[in-house]
Parts: sequence; structure tokens; C-alpha cells
Amino acid sequence: MFESLTEKLTSALRNLRGVGKLTEENMATALQEVRTALLAADVHFKVAREFVERVQTQCAGQEVIKSVTPGQQVVKIIHDELVRLLGEGTNTLSPARPLRILMAGLHGSGKTTSTAKLGKLLKKRGYRPLLVACDIHRPAAIDQLEILAKQEELDFHSDRASRDVAAIGTAALAVAQAGGNDCIIFDTAGRLQIDQDLIEEVKRLRAKVQPDEVLLVVDGALGQEAVNVAKAFHDALQLTGLILTKLDGDARGGAALSIKAITGVPIKFVGTGEKTADFDTFYPDRLASRILGMGDVVSLVEKAQENIDQKDAERLAEKMRKADFNLEDFLAQMQQVKKLGSMQSILGMMPGMSGVQLPDGADRQMARTEAIIKSMTLQERRKPDILNGNRRQRIANGAGVKIVEVNQLLKQFQQMQKMMKMMKGGGAKKMMRQMEAMKGRGGFPGM
Amino acid sequence: MFGLLKKFKAGFAKTVAAIGEKTGALFGRKPIDASSLETLEEALYTADFGVETTREILEEIKAAYKKDKDLRGQAAAAIGAAVLQRVLAGAEGRLDSPVVGVVDPGTPASPRPATANASNPTVIAMIGVNGSGKTTTSAKLAWRLQQEGRGVTLAACDTFRAAAVEQLKVWGQRLDLEIVASHTGADSAAVAFDAWQAAKARGRDYLIVDTAGRLHTKSNLMEELAKIRRVLQKHDPTAPQHRWLVVDGSLGSNSIEQAKVFHQSFGLTGLVVTKLDGTSRGGAIVGIYRQLKLPIYFIGLGEKAEDLQPFSVDDYAKAVFGVEE
Repeated sequence: MFESLTEKLTSALRNLRGVGKLTEENMATALQEVRTALLAADVHFKVAREFVERVQTQCAGQEVIKSVTPGQQVVKIIHDELVRLLGEGTNTLSPARPLRILMAGLHGSGKTTSTAKLGKLLKKRGYRPLLVACDIHRPAAIDQLEILAKQEELDFHSDRASRDVAAIGTAALAVAQAGGNDCIIFDTAGRLQIDQDLIEEVKRLRAKVQPDEVLLVVDGALGQEAVNVAKAFHDALQLTGLILTKLDGDARGGAALSIKAITGVPIKFVGTGEKTADFDTFYPDRLASRILGMGDVVSLVEKAQENIDQKDAERLAEKMRKADFNLEDFLAQMQQVKKLGSMQSILGMMPGMSGVQLPDGADRQMARTEAIIKSMTLQERRKPDILNGNRRQRIANGAGVKIVEVNQLLKQFQQMQKMMKMMKGGGAKKMMRQMEAMKGRGGFPGM
Repeated sequence: MFGLLKKFKAGFAKTVAAIGEKTGALFGRKPIDASSLETLEEALYTADFGVETTREILEEIKAAYKKDKDLRGQAAAAIGAAVLQRVLAGAEGRLDSPVVGVVDPGTPASPRPATANASNPTVIAMIGVNGSGKTTTSAKLAWRLQQEGRGVTLAACDTFRAAAVEQLKVWGQRLDLEIVASHTGADSAAVAFDAWQAAKARGRDYLIVDTAGRLHTKSNLMEELAKIRRVLQKHDPTAPQHRWLVVDGSLGSNSIEQAKVFHQSFGLTGLVVTKLDGTSRGGAIVGIYRQLKLPIYFIGLGEKAEDLQPFSVDDYAKAVFGVEE
């Protein structure tokens, strides 16, 4: 998501190569480029200026270490500074129970969607969330939240007759107490930070429900305006955190840097896709790494831990080791991967892959594969060898695909089996060597 | 025209104040100097004009300052407004005037988006990322055209987002608009197909198609848009005649990326810029116009139906720089 910034920083620092010492002079042009890159990435003017000044002070006088290029060295300094700017730690939610969360933001920033996503995440963490519809202004906003709540099997409260948001909030607290909900999330209407009436409305709601967390939902593509928005909402509502949305796009996300630098309010969550599972805790160090194109393996691993059934995974791994892996296991494995989110969002977390766009319908391809396997009988799944021409045609018909696709899948599966057998039969070393050679070519950092 | 500028200024009231605050000395009657130039640079960057336009405006003001060390703030503001007017020349889109100079990579450029048959409705497709304001804009535009005495049908083709169809229906009741809708999860292309038939049968002038929000990086959703177009073209090979990108005016440089990608895959013919009633200067539209030369048809200056207004380059440039009439 921050690829463009990375590219610009890299090209800005390229001309530092072969310099013995970083001085203010030889850094000047590069830092000017860095500033331009930050501005082009929508980082606020003042934040960009201060950032560049700090990096300049830290760089000046440093010996260029022989083993790395000056560019890499500066990238390291910029990375550390980014981590600092984005703020360490402090991304956790209040431990209060019941936990009351108020969502606020501009129109179309993604409050209602984020409310449902946060509800889902907290449910997974053992809470019993109640989603409360306090957006009485946008047509059908209440319906939208109700549908999403139903979809995620979350409790929901609304009062379509009421025009008093504070009263709806108070009533919801009673509903939560009666229903045993230990987490209440209030979705509010989108409002401009300069719309006094609506700001007063949400202030009254805040006063009534006394939230433990007030989260500002911000579109990751927001421009210089981000600073005004965040400041005004912070003044009115004393924010405790930010949710950065739509980060699955290619927005450079300078807004995140600006808001953090100017208000000091920590970024707590990021929305990374259209599925309700595409929602993550925010980690500044990971984001900084991502800004510099270093990938985000840690997020991927944690996502896997949360979504994948440990026992299932172990069983599958064991089967793989024994090379006793059939199409049914393959299907189970695929379904587990699907739980992690869309393929594109998974890819985005891999080192060096963040800029790679999946070809059209990679997720659809997976759905087709699933359909093919599901069109097989249990016996066929367990013993793919019995699949003759007739059976293959029947499967193709059942899945609504061409027979070529069935053949392709089976061929891929055979190759996979072969690989597993190699690993089992002491060929593991040989395979490692093969992978080693691949690594040299592909250049995956940190692997 | 004066009424419009007033409306614009009212919408931009906060904006003008904001730029004025930063550049108080500069845009007043005092002569400018080196330090006020730096203040100006900051004001321009924070208006989201982007690196290129900001530098261009600065260069011109600096050049004028070199010639005349007594350059007054008002004169500098006029230079800034003039640069904006020059950069945005031709950026005003008008529904009743022919679409010219729009390079459409999807279909061969036509001088005028004439329908195959004069009695066919003219189709306007609203496209954009999530939360840019497509549904609201669709309703407001339908209302506006109806006020002008045109017959309008709305197609609720956002069948993806929960309750988007209901949202449009509520607008329909409020503003007395005609809507063809199915349910969430329905095939959006089928809704478009039916809506076109209904509009044609009822002899409507316009069909406005509200589509699902999608990030421009999602190719499968982009494919859905292409399908809507294919299906509409079964009725009328020239439909949709207008393909407008709805852009959130408070976004930064990413809106240029969005516009580029949508333009590549869908051949945009124009823009609608929403949410300009905040403190954002919507400067990113300058960048979009620079890159793609897509005319801006309407701007959103508020939540009421009548707050959707035709775009005027003069009013925009003057409002941003606080140039007095």
C-alpha cells in the first residue's frame, strides 16, 4: 500500500552510493527528494518538514558503513524514525468490562463496516459485543448495520422511531446489561468536523454513554485534510485511537503519519479488505517496514494463528509428512487459507510481494478448485487414481468447468504428492538445496 | 452566476478563512516578501494541489515578485487564481453540451455521446471507490434533472453493500424519484438491464446507474462494471454515454491513482467531486484534471439535494484564493 513512497525514497537515495561520509551537503538533494516524496504521499506539510529535519540531524556525520550502501543506511534511519513517529506500543484497547466503544468520522470513511469488523474481532477475542445503530441521518444506515450484525451473528440494537441519539445510546447500555453484552460499539453518523450541530450531537452521546474508547475512523487515502479532521474530532471527543480504512487500495497513507504526528492519538486498527475478516490490529513497526517494502510476515503468522484450527493444521502437516495427503485434505487446507482473508490481502503481507497484483479472479480460481473437489465422491477424493475419463467428465459437469481444468488440478496435485514423497524419502536435503537456489534467484529478504 | 459564487463561497467559507489565516499578510494589501512566500508554499501544499501545481503557482508568483518588489498580496492571489484557471481550462463539464476532447481508451472517441436512437434514455453511470458518495450523488442528480423538467429513472445497481439499495429507496421517497431496484446480492447487470427497459418504456430522458463502491485495485469488481456496460449495450450500443467517477474531495493524491485506473478500465467521461463543504480545498481535482483532462460536471457542497452544483472554474479558483470580485 505504500509502494510508491518506497520507490520514491529508494530512487531519491540512489545517488548516495559510493559516498564515504554522510554530510549535510551530500544529503541535501536526497533529503529534498524525501520531502517531496512525503508530500506527494499526502503527508502533511509541517510533518514532512519536521521529519526531514530530524532525519538530517541523525544522518549528518555518520560514517558510511562499508558493508551497506549509504542508501540502505539512510533507509534504516528513516525506518527507525518512522517507527518512532507512528508511535510504539499503545495499540491495545482498554481492559474495561463492559467495554464501551464510540466510532466517529467523516462521511464514507467506513464507520459502519468497521463497526461490524471490530465486533467480529472482539467476538473472536471472547467478548459478547452489542452493535448499536446511532446513525439516524444517512438513509438505510441502520439497515446496513443490522444486516452486517446478522451476517456475523452479533447482537444488535436500534430505535428507528427515535431522533435522539443520546437516548438511543443510554437505552442500549440497559439492553447490553440485560442481555449480558460485555462490549458495546456505537456506530455514529458521518459528519464534517465543522458541522457544529452534528458535533454537538455526538458530544452529547459521548457524555451519556461514557465510552472507554473513542475511535476515529479515517480513510487511508485522506489528503492534507486529515490533520484538520483529526484535530477537530480530538478536541470535541478526546479520541483514544484511530482506525485506518481502505488500506487494501494503493493509497500511500501519508494521512496516518500526519495524524499520529500532530494529535499523538495512536492508530489501533487497520481495515485491509472488503471481507469482515480483513481487519487487523495496528503495529507501527510493521507499518514502517511495509512503507519501506520489507513485507509483513508477522501479521500473516498471527492471522494464521487466530484463524486456523491448530489441531486441524497439525493433522494436515502430519499427513503431508507421511505423504498421505489426499484431495480431501487439500480441500480442508484450502478452506483454512480462505479464512485468512482474500488472496490479495495475504499476498500484501509477504515480503517483496506487496506491490504484486494478483491476476484477475485469483480468489475465483480458488472457488473453482473447491467446486471441482466438491463434485467428487469421497472415494474419489481419497483415491484420485481411480479418476478415469468418465468420472472426470462427470466432475467437470458437476462443477461447471471444462474437463481440462479438472485434469490440470489433478496434475498439480500429483506434483504436490511427488514433492511430499521426496521429503519423506530423505530427499529433503535435495529439496532444500533446490529451494536455496530459488531463493538466490528470487531474492526474498529475510527468508 | 453571482448566486452560484455566493453558494460556492458559503460552502468554502471555512476554506477561504483557512487560507486567509495562513497567508493573512500575503493576501492582504501589504507587499509580500520571502517569508510570506514560504507561508504561501505551505498553504498551497495543504490544499492538496500536489507538487506540480504548487510549484507552478510559486514560480509565477516568485517571477512577478522579482519584477516588482512591491507586489501586493491581492495581486499574488490573482496570479494564483489565474494559474488555476489556466490549468483547469476546459474542465467544466455540461450535460447538455457535447463531450469533446475526452480520450476514451475503452471505446473510440466520439465527438458527441449520441444515443443510437434519439428516443433512448441517456445513461449516466456513477462509479467510484467505497464511501465517495455515489448513492447520494445519484439521488441528488436525479432530483436536479427532474427539477429541470427531465424524466429520470434511477437504477440501484449497488447490490453489494448491505442496505445500499434501501439507501437509494429512501432518497427516492424523500425526493419523489423513480427507482428500479432488486435486492442486495442480486445481479447488478440484470438490474441495469431492467432499469434501461423501464426508462425506455416510460420515455425517460435519463437513466442514472448507481454502482457498488470498489477500490480500483480490485479487478473482480472492476469486471462487474464491465458487465453492466456490456448488458446496457445490448439495448443501446452507445450506453452508458456518461461514465462519471465520483471522487471524495477530501482525499489526497490517491484520487489521481483512482481516476487513472478507473479511466483505463472503464473509459471515464467526467468527474463529480463530493464533500467540498468541509475545510478541504479539493485540490486533488487539479491533479486529476492535469493528468487525465476529464471534465468536472458537478461538485457536492452540502447534504441537501440542491447542494449538488455545476462546477465553475472561475468560482473555484476565486474561492480558493479568496479573490474579491
